[in-house]
Amino acid sequence: MGVGILVEDLNAWYGSNHTLQDINLHIPANHATALIGPSGCGKSTFVRCLNRMHETNPIARATGVVKMGEVDIYREASPVEIRRRVGMVFQRPNPFPTMSIYDNVISGLKLNGFRNRRILDETVERSLKQAALWEEVKDDLKKKSGASLSGGQQQRMCIARALAVDPEVLLMDEPASALDPVSTSKIEDLIFQLKSQYTIVIVTHNMQQAARVAENTGFFLNGKLVEFDSTHKIFTNPRDKRTEDYITGRFG
Amino acid sequence: MRRNSMRRNVMNYVISGLAVLATLLVLVPLVAILFYLVYKGASSLNLAFFTHVPAPVGEEGGGMANAIVGSGIILSIASLIGIPIGIAAGVYLAEFGQGTFIANAIRFTADVLNGVPSIVMGISVFALLVQGRHFSAFAGGVALAVMMVPTITRTTEEMLATVPHAIREAALGLGVPKWRTVLSVSLRTASPGIITGCMLAFARVAGETAPLLFTAFGNQFWSFKLNEPIAALPLQIYVYAISPYDEWHRLAWAGALVLIVLIMVSVTLVRIFANRGVLKGGS
Repeated sequence: MGVGILVEDLNAWYGSNHTLQDINLHIPANHATALIGPSGCGKSTFVRCLNRMHETNPIARATGVVKMGEVDIYREASPVEIRRRVGMVFQRPNPFPTMSIYDNVISGLKLNGFRNRRILDETVERSLKQAALWEEVKDDLKKKSGASLSGGQQQRMCIARALAVDPEVLLMDEPASALDPVSTSKIEDLIFQLKSQYTIVIVTHNMQQAARVAENTGFFLNGKLVEFDSTHKIFTNPRDKRTEDYITGRFG
Repeated sequence: MRRNSMRRNVMNYVISGLAVLATLLVLVPLVAILFYLVYKGASSLNLAFFTHVPAPVGEEGGGMANAIVGSGIILSIASLIGIPIGIAAGVYLAEFGQGTFIANAIRFTADVLNGVPSIVMGISVFALLVQGRHFSAFAGGVALAVMMVPTITRTTEEMLATVPHAIREAALGLGVPKWRTVLSVSLRTASPGIITGCMLAFARVAGETAPLLFTAFGNQFWSFKLNEPIAALPLQIYVYAISPYDEWHRLAWAGALVLIVLIMVSVTLVRIFANRGVLKGGS
């Protein structure tokens, strides 16, 4: 089951560049939350702060509080622990090229030393079914490299890989921006099904996508969270003039 | 339009032709050396060459069995020392030390070390490990290991740099610790290139003579002890080639042929072994 995320006074920097400024936000459990905004507005940085991937860049740092359920992830947990509870799907599919489909899906468990064959088999099947990829790949799980699949299949495999470690939160950083429309709609269907079990945060450039999959939407601009509300409200009756301008395509 | 496209086609043929020509020019010396070695050396190859130690001056026959085994021992020592250190240093440069002073210092040292003449390497190891003690197989192995390290370090670093950042992020994002990511993801993805680098370093030092002159020294008899002088193929070839006897000249040619073939066989075997079970990615 998913957990809610509470963000208080989050600030983030890349070198001297203040990319996130005083973000306060509550992301509800077991819902999909979309983050929209023009390129470079800080939405990717924001999701990377939620699983402490931000700090893997040596010049990056962050201050503030992020609570995942009851846990303050910057003070009460190590990055490794947090990343096991928070799955991440990246903009471009990033399969491990040396591994088979099976090993790719199970890599999170295997690389953390998990070896029970029966449970690994079950997890692969469950995760691939959750990611709606099982029927397409079940016959060459161990024969084919993860990198030999099509782009859309690779991305669903990466979702399966993230789900295999049984996370509570799933972060998706523009998961469909490198995919064709058919694959995109498959990914959206997936998000729709998965949000009953996981808390999903999805960054997207595609406003129709945000409207289709997310209950809540946040609008970022120049490192600030301008507005956060129900998706319906944001798209029909935004409070802030800048949100309205962006939604109606007047800039960005 | 028409004339323009014709000119492009002609240009295309000219450049392709030049590339083919350059390839042939590269192949000429290699093929020539191989043929000349076979022509000069093959006739002296017989079973005794692989089973006997060198015959004393004035006696017919004899072989290089002890030198073949000796080279194997020295190269094993060199690989056991040089490959782990080289790869570990390369991993440090690419994954942990980016931009730090110590990493830049290591990189600079490796590049300089790469250009140090092999005779200098021999003298240095002589001063460190042989002077006051005696010539030894171990000292020979160390001299060759020092020559392998810079090549392996730089290739490992460069190969790790070609591993896409996205793949590392994928592993880190799954909650895999950094050391495990480096070991099981970065190194594994870069392994074909790293193995090639190790084989290049191995093949280069396998034929080195100068660093062994003052370290392994050479030996006309069997020796399996690491702390005593040991025979090596390049040394034996050197000794025979500068001798005044025709018989020894022929043996030197045969030794050179055997050395080249052994290097080619070991490099090929490692390639086959390393590529076994590796899945090929589509794109």
